[in-house]
Amino acid sequence: MTQATKTRISINNVSKIYKTGSGTVDAVKDFSESVKDGEFVCVVGASGCGKTTLLWCLSGLHPSSSGTVEIDGEVLLAPMPNKIGMVFQDSNLLPWRTLMENIVLPFQIKKKPVNHVLIQELLEVAGLQGFENSYPGELSGGMKQRGSIVRALAQDPEVLLMDEPFGALDAFTREEMNLFLLKIWAKTQKTIVFVTHSISEAIFLADRIWVMSPRPGRLARVVDVNFARPRHIDLQFEPDFISILKGIRHEVEGSKVGKGN
Amino acid sequence: MATDNLAERIPDFNSQGKGPTGGPVDVSALASLRRAKGFKEIAKVLLLALFVVTLLEFILKWTHTPLYVFPRPTLVIKSLFHDFNSLYRASLFQTIQEFFVGLMFGASIGLALAVLVTLKPGLDIFISPYIIVMVTTPMIALIPFLMLKFGFGMTPRVIAVALASGPMVMINSATGFRRTNAELIALGKSYGATEFQLFRKIRFPFALPMIIVGFMVGSIFGLLTAVGSEMVGGGGGLGNRLVYFSSLVRMANFGAVLVLIAALGVALYSFFTFINRKYASWQV
Repeated sequence: MTQATKTRISINNVSKIYKTGSGTVDAVKDFSESVKDGEFVCVVGASGCGKTTLLWCLSGLHPSSSGTVEIDGEVLLAPMPNKIGMVFQDSNLLPWRTLMENIVLPFQIKKKPVNHVLIQELLEVAGLQGFENSYPGELSGGMKQRGSIVRALAQDPEVLLMDEPFGALDAFTREEMNLFLLKIWAKTQKTIVFVTHSISEAIFLADRIWVMSPRPGRLARVVDVNFARPRHIDLQFEPDFISILKGIRHEVEGSKVGKGN
Repeated sequence: MATDNLAERIPDFNSQGKGPTGGPVDVSALASLRRAKGFKEIAKVLLLALFVVTLLEFILKWTHTPLYVFPRPTLVIKSLFHDFNSLYRASLFQTIQEFFVGLMFGASIGLALAVLVTLKPGLDIFISPYIIVMVTTPMIALIPFLMLKFGFGMTPRVIAVALASGPMVMINSATGFRRTNAELIALGKSYGATEFQLFRKIRFPFALPMIIVGFMVGSIFGLLTAVGSEMVGGGGGLGNRLVYFSSLVRMANFGAVLVLIAALGVALYSFFTFINRKYASWQV
């Protein structure tokens, strides 16, 4: 595993300040970290702690106010459609296009030939074969989100950025999606940065967890998660799992803005 | 949030309007009337209509209502078939022509302006006040002035129709474009979409239901303005016939013209409802 030592993403002193009508908001402050190739990193923190903003800085959609993000040593100034794939909280499938037409959209935007072999492979893992011609309105929440992950992975990006992708799903569907994501990650070996507000989801998925403190969003702690893979869903009842959960929970609770709200 | 620049906006997408309906001129309810299902229901609706007309006929007959008070349906229908070529056809086509030419000009300019204020949001504040004035002022009021400039022909009417329908198309389309979910735009950008691609692949299809509603309202306003301006002055057109026949108390002819105008309106409504179902059915 010489590949695993290579740094994919390096974040150097990134800060993001939003200007609003009533002044400025320090969303992310002096954030420095790096992600190795093929690593699965989760970002957790109380809501409003800037974790989504951090992810958007990594995507190139929001330029950081100061500091730099490098992807494979290249400074990120704008979205890198061939290197980075993005999955949002909402599946963001265009409702007037069928599932297949949605998956093909990025190819059309990039004016690239459609990689049907890869798409079929991904659809199979996602359990979406046979639904290619369905409209998003005809699919369940979990299926839509799997579809949006297939759309992102069909571009074969090196990095997958996920912004609370399962936040809107019910608990059971969420567990299913976590297993699906680990399966597809094991298969594709992508580098994943995954934002979530669920600490147990983060522990279940991640190699490493970045815990953020809110306003301004700083890196409070980095937690290594060393459970063997493939992970079983019952892992969440193991004492080791629970002790990590407790540790992170205290960290997040303790750092909440205006404690006890 | 004051800024339209995606990069400077705090990600707070859940509060964004997700649907394309609503807005300053929201008549989406117009487009969502339930459609009759199956032959049986259609037959029932038609039978009821026939019954209402027949009832009206008999009531007018029994009460010996004079023709100048209310024309009997049979006389109207008879005149409609009998005199169509001699009395109504030319007027009908003239009104249709004024309406379509006016709508074409108005709608294209309205749509172009909507695109402009979407791509250059800074311009909105300069353009919108005029649009609001035009939406709220009845454009028929301009007819006497336009006739001074352009005479008694079709030109002033076409201009009035364009001025009445264009702003409706513009205001609805602009609302549709602007409501495009910010996350969808971000999605397009993350794949490196150009501003034009974003427009063609995301904004336009997203706004289509609102654009269709804009056309529907615009054409209803347009028809109103076309008939209204024909009534105000100048020669020809269904509105002109209305004034002419009523001044001679030829109420059967008057009723026939009224039926033609109503038919035009219903045809427009049906057409846009059909378009809406065909191209914007995902909206439900």
